[in-house]
Amino acid sequence: MTDKPRVQDFATDWDHTDEQWVADPYPIWEELRQRCPVAHTERYEGGWFPVTHEGVCAVARDTVNFSSRSVVVGNGRPTEEDLPAPIGLAPPITSDPPFHQIARRLILPAFAPGPINALEPMIRSLCVELLDQVDGQQIVNGGTQYAQYISPGVIRQMLGFPPEDIEKFLEIVHIVLEGVDHPYEDRVIEFLPIEEYFTKQIEDHLANPRDDLTSYLLGVEFEGATLPPEVVAGMMILVLVAGIDTTWSAIGSSLWHLASHPSDLERLVNEPEIMGLAVEEFLRFYAPVTMARLVKEDMDYLGCPMKQDDWVLLGFPAANRDPAAFKDADQFIIDRAENRHVAFGLGIHRCAGSNLARLELRVAIEEFIKRFPRFELADPQAVTWAAGQVRGPRNLPIKILP
Amino acid sequence: MKVVIDRELCQGHGRCFSIAPSIFDFDELGNGVVIGDGSLDENTVEMARLAQANCPEHAIFIEE
Repeated sequence: MTDKPRVQDFATDWDHTDEQWVADPYPIWEELRQRCPVAHTERYEGGWFPVTHEGVCAVARDTVNFSSRSVVVGNGRPTEEDLPAPIGLAPPITSDPPFHQIARRLILPAFAPGPINALEPMIRSLCVELLDQVDGQQIVNGGTQYAQYISPGVIRQMLGFPPEDIEKFLEIVHIVLEGVDHPYEDRVIEFLPIEEYFTKQIEDHLANPRDDLTSYLLGVEFEGATLPPEVVAGMMILVLVAGIDTTWSAIGSSLWHLASHPSDLERLVNEPEIMGLAVEEFLRFYAPVTMARLVKEDMDYLGCPMKQDDWVLLGFPAANRDPAAFKDADQFIIDRAENRHVAFGLGIHRCAGSNLARLELRVAIEEFIKRFPRFELADPQAVTWAAGQVRGPRNLPIKILP
Repeated sequence: MKVVIDRELCQGHGRCFSIAPSIFDFDELGNGVVIGDGSLDENTVEMARLAQANCPEHAIFIEE
């Protein structure tokens, strides 16, 4: 983090990278919900943060007044030269209608339940391999030895990239998601090696097509023509960036919960049939992803004087804790049956990878508790949480109990 | 009674066919579809209502 001033009042000066927010954002959101349902900041050159379920849903569904040209809050704004409007950097997540629908239509079949469910054996064996490597240790790091490696392994295999590139993947994700407060000019330079890497992979796949997502995207036809390589590269950036630390965070948060709530762990071990409900409650309670939008034009919205190019931080995790939308919203109920959570967003930008994320989360937890039916946090103070728009534990030492 | 999915509202969250696979299925994009004509009886209506209560887009309707 940079040496910017600490936040004194989140209602007028919010910063999602502030230490207090990173350590535990939930009390901040609870307080805001009571006194200021849409918080403001002058940081990042101006932005808003609706904290209620209603406010978050309204913005998420409103593609007339809000743009997805950039979905990660930072300093500066992308210009028309930086981004091929309306395509955006990483379609379809950074695309607006009408291009959005075209890009999404092309990508969704690859992430529908049919092809995704077929990945279950691969994901399971990946988890088992990781567990084999730590079996026998008294302390297992649920973040750096387990969760962190599951989604990169899955995405790498889906895209058909070389196994030895795992560390490179993690570096790319780090550059994209954790450098949010770097100046925009620096971000453009930081992205250069990523572009170079994807170009190399695309050239290799064009020369040697194979049965993977990269070849699928290069081969898919729209109005009789294949997609330009830069659009495919953008989609690959999206898949890689959106598919890695998001799911890793969900797996990590779920393990953190089980390690600190022995009765929930015991129930899940003894009643595997509630796993489906538990996965949805993990997603509600520990939703990892916060998105962002840009205000298209000056307007009054949710009672706020929003200016063109102001950010709106879309706090799906905050919406999921709103007592106006969920009974006992602040309680984790492992077999909650009615759970209309918005962990994957809402409207036309619903996370395209949600089927994959759910599958990875379920399999990762199933395999972990099968191998280690009893565990607890080795040192609660040692747990660290990611800063930025993806929240989850990074360092997560877990003590394996007999 | 009959269950329908509003195809304009559905965004493919996949909650309905996970909760009630005997009532809902998915299409090639992963959006929810109703199996058959969507007729419900006393054995299936509760599952349909549960799916409805979990749909983040409020896209499921039960016609009495």
